[in-house]
Parts: sequence; structure tokens; C-alpha cells
Amino acid sequence: MELVAQDLACRRAGRTIFRGLGFAVRAGAAVALRGPNGSGKSSLLRVLAGLAPAAAGRATLDGLDLARDGEAWRERVALAGHLDAVKPGFSVRENLTCWADFHGAPRARADMALERFGLEGRADDPAHWCSAGQKRRLGLARLLIVDRPVWLLDEPTVSLDAASVAVFAGVVAEHCAAGGLALAATHVDLGFGEGAEVRMPAPGDAPASPAAPAADPFLGGDWG
Amino acid sequence: MRAAFALLRRDLGLTFRSGGGGLLGVAFFMLAALLIPLGVGPEGGALARIAAGVLWVCALLACLLTLDRLFQADLEDGALDQIALGPLPLEAAVLAKAAAHWLTTGLPLTVVAPVLGVMLSLPAQAQGTLVASLLIGTPALSLIGAVGAALTAGLRRGGLLLSVLVLPLYVPTLIFGAQAADRAATGLEPGTALLFLGAVTLLAAAVAPFAAAAALRVNLR
Repeated sequence: MELVAQDLACRRAGRTIFRGLGFAVRAGAAVALRGPNGSGKSSLLRVLAGLAPAAAGRATLDGLDLARDGEAWRERVALAGHLDAVKPGFSVRENLTCWADFHGAPRARADMALERFGLEGRADDPAHWCSAGQKRRLGLARLLIVDRPVWLLDEPTVSLDAASVAVFAGVVAEHCAAGGLALAATHVDLGFGEGAEVRMPAPGDAPASPAAPAADPFLGGDWG
Repeated sequence: MRAAFALLRRDLGLTFRSGGGGLLGVAFFMLAALLIPLGVGPEGGALARIAAGVLWVCALLACLLTLDRLFQADLEDGALDQIALGPLPLEAAVLAKAAAHWLTTGLPLTVVAPVLGVMLSLPAQAQGTLVASLLIGTPALSLIGAVGAALTAGLRRGGLLLSVLVLPLYVPTLIFGAQAADRAATGLEPGTALLFLGAVTLLAAAVAPFAAAAALRVNLR
């Protein structure tokens, strides 16, 4: 299994967010997606999740084409966005079991995921009692429930403490060791190893548009 | 199918759990209908004449008031992303959520309607038809409303826009629903109106999930 992107571009509200992005991630690899704020990391992850359309370029996963096989594509990816999708009215456990039911996964997996993220002690508390970091862990625990090979992670470690970051890095490593792959937009080191990163193209890297006027010697000041 | 039921159960759970106001729609329906005799006066003949129409208009408004959070809450906290990535086509997810909305507004509203009918001195022979018309017609309110809710899910104060978008689309349901109960009240045969009402609901069930899912996809970009 390999996730390959070629010459991807994304436009939102008439503005090009990035273009000319290409990379390949092989099964078993976790790759960090780096780039300054606003460089389009979240947009890229939404494009790769099949939620937003790519303006140009193509992405393939195991012979699936993102533009053509949207339905099958979406069934292979899990997205942990910067929104946790935690329902404050449900208990911590119910927040996971409702997704387990939705995905047809055994409910026992919810308890396993809670334990993995150190939330088993709060399983029966209402989720609105949780701190920001606990909510984030609850959101990440859903990754263990949906059981998808491709993990797209958008700033997964925001509001996590150091211990939780280490736990999460371990979870990602296990997922990759089991043949999955992960692409994580992050500003911290998740221990993915040297060189395992994709850099967002800076806006200046994009090729000049053909409509740009040719250099004018008058305006360039070459006439002295 | 199992995923759709899981989503339905989750939505029902959320409605009753989290101040989302499980039966607030019905409470509004009863209060609004209660205001009518206070405004019109207690004279039985006048009330009986307008009872069916008043109950249908109140049902419409009660449905509308509970619609605005149908998709908005899930869009805001990212749950809609997860639903879109789930094993269910988005169209089926819309259907499940509309069904949950109907079970928490349309159905309870139909159950309490006969009581309000008595209060508005609706003739006894029209009670059955009123219930039947609400039972057949209110699913269309949830389905058509889902399209408006999907279109306005991304807007912070979308409730008013939702009403403006959806109320005109409720007109056929209102006409046939009120007509059926009204005809029964005046001793006429309500069958045709009920059939047309059913046709409107079936049309809504066929079209609305696709329209709402398309609107949600735009909101998810």
C-alpha cells in the first residue's frame, strides 16, 4: 500500500492555497507534514480525506484514484482533525461506543481504546467534565475504533501533555508497524525519524502564472 | 443499515441527553396552539372553523424551530467529518438524521394533536383524519427541513434564513394536510387530500436526502 500525491493543488474561495505538491508515503511509514501556519496543511489533509476536491493533480492509494473512487477511498482513511467530535452530553465511553456501533466495530474496542489513552478512569463521566487535553485524547482514541489503514492527523498533539504525546507517538508507531500509514500535520517531534517529513510548498515556490507580464526594461530601471 | 440505526440511536440519545431540548418542539406546539383561543376568543364555532389549519401551521413552526441544529452541531464539532468518512453514504446519513428529527418532533406532535383538537373544538369526526394527516405529512416537514438545515449548517445565525428557505417549500404539505382535516370536519371525503399529502411526503423522501447530502458536501470542503 502506498499513498502517492502528484502535483496536487488546492484552491479555496478563489485563492490558491498550495500547488505542485508531490510525495509518496509507503505502508509502515509515519510522515510529518511541515509548513508554517496557513500553508495549507489542514486543506491538504481534507483533500486527502476525500472531503474537499483537489484543484489539480492526482492522488492514488493502492490503485484507487482520489478523484474517481471517492467512496472506496473514504472507507480507507481516518481523519483526526483539530475538531474532536466529542459530544458533551454523552459519557466518555458513549462517545466511543456510538462510533463503534456506527462502524460496526465491537464495543469492547472502546474500552481498549480508553485504556490505551489513559481515560479508563473517566469512562462513565460526562464528556463535558473533560479537560481540553482529555477531549483531545478521546478524539484520538476514535482512531483505534474505526480501524482504517490510512491515518490523517491534523495537529494531533495540540493541548496534550508530554506523557500523552509519548503515548500517542507509541500508538502511531504500532499502527505503522501493523502495516498502516500516517500523515500528521504537526509542529512537534513525534519521533517519526529523520527525513520522514513532507514540506508544504511555500507560496513563492509555485511556478509563475503564464499571464505574468514580461519584464519591462523601463520599469526595471535598466534605461538608466 | 446497522450504521444507519447506530446514527439514529446516537441522535436520539443526544436529543434527550444534552439540553438540545428533547421534547421542546412539542412544548412549543402546545403553547402556540394554546394562544389561538386566547386571541380569537372562546366561541366554539369560530374555533372549529380554523382548528385544522391552526394546528397544521403550529406543527409547521414547531418543526422549523427544532431544525436549525440538525446538522450545525455536528458540523461545528467535527462529527460531520466522521460521518462523511463513515461506512454510510451521506444520503443515508441524512435520512437517518431526518428520521431522528421526526421521531422527536413530528411523532410526539401527532400524538398530542387530538388533545389540542378537542381544545379548539375540532369536530369529533375530524380527529382521526387530523392524526392521519399529521402522521403522513410531518415526515415531509423533517425531510424538506433537512435540506434547509444542510444549506444553512455553516452559518452562525442561520435560523432565520432556514425559515425563509424552507417555509415556501412547506406550502404543499400545509395545503393538503389542513385540507384533509378540514374536509373531514365539514363532513366531506378527505381521502384525496390524504393521498396528495402522501405523494408530497414520498417525493420529499426521494429528493431531499440527495439535495441535503449535496449541500453538506459543500459545507464540508
